[in-house]
Amino acid sequence: MSAAVRVRGLTRRYTLKGVLNGVDLDVAPGEFVALLGRSGSGKSTLLRALAGLDHEAEGSGEIEVPERTSVVFQDARLLPWMRLLDNVVLGLSGRDARAQGQRALAEVGLAGRELDWPHELSGGEQQRVALARALVRAPELLLADEPFGALDALTRVKMHALLRRLSEAHDPAVLLVTHDIDEAILLADRIVVLDAGRLSADIAIRSSDRKEQAPIVRERLLDTLSLGAR
Amino acid sequence: MNALTDILPARPAVAPPAAHRLSMEAPARFGLLLGPALLLLYWAVLSVTGFLDPHILPAPWTAVTTAIQLIREGRLQEHLAVSAGRAAAGLLLGSVTGVIFALVSGLTLLGGYVIDGLVQLKRGIPILALIPFMVLWLGIGETMKVAVIATSVFFPIYIQTHTALRAIDLRHVELAETLRLSRWQFLRHVVLPGALPGFLTGLRFGATGAWLALVVVEQLNATSGIGYMVTLARNYAQTDVMLVGLVVYALLGFGSDAAVRILERRALRWRRTLGR
Ligand SMILES: Nc1ncnc2c1ncn2[C@@H]1O[C@H](COP(=O)(O)OP(=O)(O)O)[C@@H](O)[C@H]1O
Ligand SMILES: [Mg+2]
Repeated sequence: MSAAVRVRGLTRRYTLKGVLNGVDLDVAPGEFVALLGRSGSGKSTLLRALAGLDHEAEGSGEIEVPERTSVVFQDARLLPWMRLLDNVVLGLSGRDARAQGQRALAEVGLAGRELDWPHELSGGEQQRVALARALVRAPELLLADEPFGALDALTRVKMHALLRRLSEAHDPAVLLVTHDIDEAILLADRIVVLDAGRLSADIAIRSSDRKEQAPIVRERLLDTLSLGAR
Repeated sequence: MNALTDILPARPAVAPPAAHRLSMEAPARFGLLLGPALLLLYWAVLSVTGFLDPHILPAPWTAVTTAIQLIREGRLQEHLAVSAGRAAAGLLLGSVTGVIFALVSGLTLLGGYVIDGLVQLKRGIPILALIPFMVLWLGIGETMKVAVIATSVFFPIYIQTHTALRAIDLRHVELAETLRLSRWQFLRHVVLPGALPGFLTGLRFGATGAWLALVVVEQLNATSGIGYMVTLARNYAQTDVMLVGLVVYALLGFGSDAAVRILERRALRWRRTLGR
C-alpha cells in the first residue's frame, strides 16, 4: 500500500528563524491524522508546505502528496462575490460539476442555499461550505488547519460529527491541525505532536474503544506538550 | 400562578427588530434630490421677488420655456447628441485603456515598474494643461476632443482599479492556488471581481472628469455641441440659452453619477456596507 503522504527530512525556515528541523511523516490512504503542537510550533508551516503554499519559507526535504489534495483553512475563505454553489464548484469543469456541487452542499446540510451569498451565513455554515468545496473535488488528501478554531463550542461539536461522517463517507487521508487535544482524540486514527521542529510523539488510537483510551492518551499528550514547554 | 398572567397585559409576541445603532437607515428613494430642490426653490423666490436681474440670471421657468423652444427648433437635441457622443466615446476609450493598463501594471512586475512610474509622474500635471499639446499633436478636430476626454477618464479609472488590484486579499490568492485555478480563471473569478469596486469608484470620478473635459474642449473651435451652443449664446448675450446649457450640463453630470451608482449597487450586491 503506497502512502498518501510521505515527508522525509523536511526543513523550513523563515528569515533567521528555523521552524521545521527534519520532519518525517507518513500518512496512509484513508488515515485520519491529527497534528498537535503548541502555538508557534510550526503546525501551519508543515501544512502549508504540504499544500504547496509556503512560497516565503526556505528549506529542503522530500514531500509527496496526492494530485487531488484539498485544503480547508481556519477561515472559510469563500469569495464574497460568488453565490454558495459557485463558490463550491469554483475551478471545476465538466457538465455535472454543478450537480455535484449541489449534492456536496446537501451533504453538509445546506441544501436549498445554493444561491445565497456568503455573508448571509453564520460562521459555522460558512465553514460547512468550505468543507463542501473541499470534498466535491474527491480529494485523496484533505489538509485542514484548525478548521474549527474560530467556531463556538456547540457549533464545533456539530462540526466534529460532520467531519467524521464525511471523512468516513469519502475516505480521504486527513491531516488535521489542531491545538485541541480532545478534538484530536475524538477524530483521529493517529495523533502526532510537533515539537522543536520535529514530530515528537506518534500515538495510534483504535476507533473500537476510543472512549476507554481517551484518558490515557490525553495524559500522554499533556506530558509531551508540557515537556516541550520547559 | 394564573393570577399573574391574568393581571399582566399580554406582551406582543413579536418584538420589533432592534434599530441598528451605527448604521444609517435605508435611504429614501429620491433622497438625493432634496438639496437640488431646495436650491431651485431659493432661486425661484429670488426671481419672483425681483432680487435677481434676468440679465444676470434668468428665472428657472425662463430656462424651461427657452429649452422648449430650442427643442422645437431641434437645436438642443442636435447639440446634445453631439456632446453625449463625444463624452461616451471618451468615457469608453478611457475606461477600457484604464482597465487594461491597470491589469498589466498590477499583475506583471515589469508593467508595474513602467506604467505605474509614468502614471505617478503624470499625476502632478492637470489634464487641462495638456490640451495645448493635444491640439499640437492631434489638431482641433474630433480626435483631439475625444482624446482629451479619454485622458481625463483614464487616470481615475487606472488609479482606482490599480489600487483595488493591489489590495486583493492574499488569502483569496492562496485559495485560488489550492483550487488550482488557471491564470484565466484566477483573473475572471478573483482578480476582476476583487477590483470591481475600485473600478466603479474610478468610473464615477471618470464620468465627472469626462463632462469637465467636454465643457473645455467644446469651447475650442467647436461647431456643434452644448459647449458651442453656450459660446454662441454668450456672443449674443442670450443668458437664457447659456442657462439652458448650464442646466443640461448639470443634468448630465447628475444623471451619469446616478447611473454609475445604480450600476454599483447592482454589481456589488454581495457587499454589506454602511452607506446603502
Ligand atoms: N510568513 C512568515 N514569516 C516569518 N515567520 C513566520 C511566518 N509564518 C510563520 N512564521 C513563524 O514560524 C513559526 C511557526 O509558525 P506556524 O507554523 O504558524 O505555527 P503554528 O501553526 O504551530 O501556530 C512562528 O514562530 C511564526 O512566527
Ligand atoms: Mg497555525
